[in-house]
Amino acid sequence: MTPEVLSLSNAPALWAAAMLAKILVAFSVLMGIVAYATWVERKVIGRMQTRLGPTMTGPKGLLQPIADGIKLFFKEDIIPNEASKFAFVLAPMMILAPALISMAVIPFGNAYEFTFQGVTYLVPLQITDLNIGVLFIMAMAGLGVYGIVLAGLASNSKYSLLGGIRASAQMISYELAAGLSIIAIFMLSETLSLSGIVAAQQQPLWGITAFPSWMHNWYIFSQPLAFGLFVVGSMAEINRTPFDLPEAETELVSGFCTEYSSMKYALFFMAEYANMVTISAISATLFLGGWDGPFPGVINFLIKVFGFMFFFIWIRATFPRLRYDQLMQMGWKVMLPLAIGNIVLTAVAVLLWQ
Amino acid sequence: MFKEFAKGLSITLKHLLPGNSTTVEYPKQKLKMSPRFRGLHRLVPTQTREKCVACYLCPTVCPAKCITVESTENEQGEKYPKVYKIDLLRCIFCGYCVEACPVEALEMSDTYELANFKREDFTFEKERLLR
Repeated sequence: MTPEVLSLSNAPALWAAAMLAKILVAFSVLMGIVAYATWVERKVIGRMQTRLGPTMTGPKGLLQPIADGIKLFFKEDIIPNEASKFAFVLAPMMILAPALISMAVIPFGNAYEFTFQGVTYLVPLQITDLNIGVLFIMAMAGLGVYGIVLAGLASNSKYSLLGGIRASAQMISYELAAGLSIIAIFMLSETLSLSGIVAAQQQPLWGITAFPSWMHNWYIFSQPLAFGLFVVGSMAEINRTPFDLPEAETELVSGFCTEYSSMKYALFFMAEYANMVTISAISATLFLGGWDGPFPGVINFLIKVFGFMFFFIWIRATFPRLRYDQLMQMGWKVMLPLAIGNIVLTAVAVLLWQ
Repeated sequence: MFKEFAKGLSITLKHLLPGNSTTVEYPKQKLKMSPRFRGLHRLVPTQTREKCVACYLCPTVCPAKCITVESTENEQGEKYPKVYKIDLLRCIFCGYCVEACPVEALEMSDTYELANFKREDFTFEKERLLR
């Protein structure tokens, strides 16, 4: 008997239960990764700078994220007198929500098969398979800017405002390069759905069947330039070091979140790491074959995500922050032309091959 | 440019390997102080009494005026300090008292953890300095 895909029409109650389970699991795993990403980051950066990182809270400092959370939770929640209260409260939520929502369209494993009352159902391990998945991700990444700009504006402080302005300029210019680099991927996959892109990457490498069957057509092999542009561009888009100008401590105190305290500050912090997980997941899905690989699907996917996150942490431990004019120059004069050139090249190649 | 990037990344990766940390985990692990370190003062004792002959050179040379000495004579007619007090809240640990001492009765130990809860606890009397 062929399994049928579980959907709202064939078994509504089961579908709802499966959906809820998927959302809960994805959300809690994401939050767990976010919490422990802070610990790993402090540990790894500490080691790379020949320090130790947290050691006192629990064995090897493992309880540090929990201690941080409790500390921030019990801090006084200050809203400055001159701040615009509504926007000030809204801003941290507006940053965190898009970061979490993007995870909804990312496929994190092979379809799960189970039998219920004699019917075999297939549950795709992806919260929702939008046919415009990549567009949705770009839209959510664009929304992230509003939260930061709003935070800078609502605080009514010059440091926050400068941070917000920098963030808007930086994120918009790097979103262009990152977005344009993905276009080359659509040209090859001919679909915007992320599960479609993953399926396309399970074909034989470069369409040549002579290669051994374990060599899959991951887009990093056919689009190495797009991969580099996308990773660098998205690193700039989520304000990771070396592109963390919106919160440059040496110049802007803490940038857009200078005036924030307590849980609101924690939300900014969580959003930063949630963005990092999301960007890692997107890069893994678009360029490294998503959940494709030698192990069971979810494990492959997590390995790739952790690999990317380690890379981001490694970069942070190594490189100094860019100067603002260098940042803009790199975004507009180097990455954008390269991305456009890559699209043209890919278009010509696709035309010639067909 | 990319060569330099790779070089920087390889250096940080090398540091990540175990055994490259230079941190001393302070309360658990303490470094040995150098012999010249100027910590808490110590009055050197002899068999029967302190070596100090109460000559008043240390309170005279002290730039912070933190040493109080009162001298008397014992049964053998030797001078000794009846009171010898150092106010560590005023002391600047310059070590001039040790240099001034003609009989080497005063030295500085390597004790540097001198925090306390009450102001009175920072006044070190003769008994505490003789340790």
